[in-house]
Amino acid sequence: MKPPIFDYATPASVAEAIALLARYEGEAKLLSGGQSLVPLLNMRLARPAVLVDLARIAALDWVRVADGVVAIGAMTRQRTVELAPEVQERHPLLHAGLQLIAHPQNRNQGTIGGSLAHADPAAELPALAVALDASFEAAGPEGTRTVAAADFFLTYLTTALAATEILTSVRFPMLPARTGWAIQEVARRHGDFALAGVVAVVGLALSGAISRARVVLYGVGATPVRAAAAERLLEGHVADAALLASASAQAAADLEEPLTDVHASADYRRDLARVLVGRALAEAMTRAHAA
Amino acid sequence: MTSTRRIGMTVNGERYEADVEPRTTLVDFLRGTLGLTGTHVGCEHGVCGACTVLWNGKAVRSCIMLAVQADGAELKTVEGLARGATLHPIQQAFLEKRGLQCGFCTPGLMLSIDELLARTSAPTDTEITDTIGGHLCRCTGYQAIVEAVHLAIEKLRTK
Ligand code: FES
Ligand code: FES
Repeated sequence: MKPPIFDYATPASVAEAIALLARYEGEAKLLSGGQSLVPLLNMRLARPAVLVDLARIAALDWVRVADGVVAIGAMTRQRTVELAPEVQERHPLLHAGLQLIAHPQNRNQGTIGGSLAHADPAAELPALAVALDASFEAAGPEGTRTVAAADFFLTYLTTALAATEILTSVRFPMLPARTGWAIQEVARRHGDFALAGVVAVVGLALSGAISRARVVLYGVGATPVRAAAAERLLEGHVADAALLASASAQAAADLEEPLTDVHASADYRRDLARVLVGRALAEAMTRAHAA
Repeated sequence: MTSTRRIGMTVNGERYEADVEPRTTLVDFLRGTLGLTGTHVGCEHGVCGACTVLWNGKAVRSCIMLAVQADGAELKTVEGLARGATLHPIQQAFLEKRGLQCGFCTPGLMLSIDELLARTSAPTDTEITDTIGGHLCRCTGYQAIVEAVHLAIEKLRTK
């Protein structure tokens, strides 16, 4: 359980980091908080020639809460965002989601951008990003570009970032009025990766009908999975127990084969998804009526 | 072919400098190079919490942090808790409440609790269990640890 040999670079700017990525042509790996990467190094599942540590780039460490958006520099520690009073107050869903990531001791070191760029399909931040229509800013040799969360997660541990691009920031829109939210997951032990989890957001029209629904599952596919058919079942209708039950059944039925592993079978995960979507929608509806 | 890198850091108020291989984890650096073996190492992949130390005041897993990442940092390990022969109030509380049996998890736990109590003198029950939740203890069943935290809060308040 000791890492293999690698070189180590500490660029002081994003431009310098991009130049290093270009120079090592795919042999370099970016290091942010290391909460996923260093275990992989310890187990020798990753063997990069060089680690490019982004932690000395001060320009990537910031949080700004303004204009309906929580914008976060990629190297900001998860715990910093979680403990920021204005995030707690103005983006309670993001705050609640951050609290589900591993343990405080991991969040002290783990970064927002690191988790998003690592793109573990059982992680909370990618699902939150998809549910909230977050947008990502990436910098590369050709300049910067913006990528929508819907286009960012391609498959297991794979994003739309090119080998020479660096995720520099993410913008999480805040939720509008008359909108409720919930994030629910089940893990073997508190702090473990979820066997299944869901982020639900529902907006209500003045009539009381659901005007907008967002249901995004995690831990049950190769990326965060949007339950589009379930969302369509909900939209335009006044929610009652029967509607929530059919929406959650739909969300579970639409899952392509969820993972079977030592922790749970695909069938178990599918049923768990159904139960969690039901609970999350009910909780989100309660919040929407109060919001 | 191994290249090394010169790093410097403050551990428990003392300044250290050393040449390390970039692949050296912080826990191996603390134990092997600095001889500070109070920090334990268990799972080596960030799960058990045995290796927890304070990095610039924040509790982190030193088995999944590289020593080079701590270059320039201020660290605190279990050796930094007591003042000479006088135990730190957290240590005294663990002793009085039997918050440890084999003691393998204890150094890491005490550092996490130290961070918590530095941030707030009156943590909620959820904050306490969240903090302890980042540590595996195979002996105590945790209840005695929770009691030790409450006693430590008392001791720190009346200190
Ligand atoms: S040894 Fe570091 S968390 Fe287990
Ligand atoms: S006292 Fe033995 S593991 Fe905690």
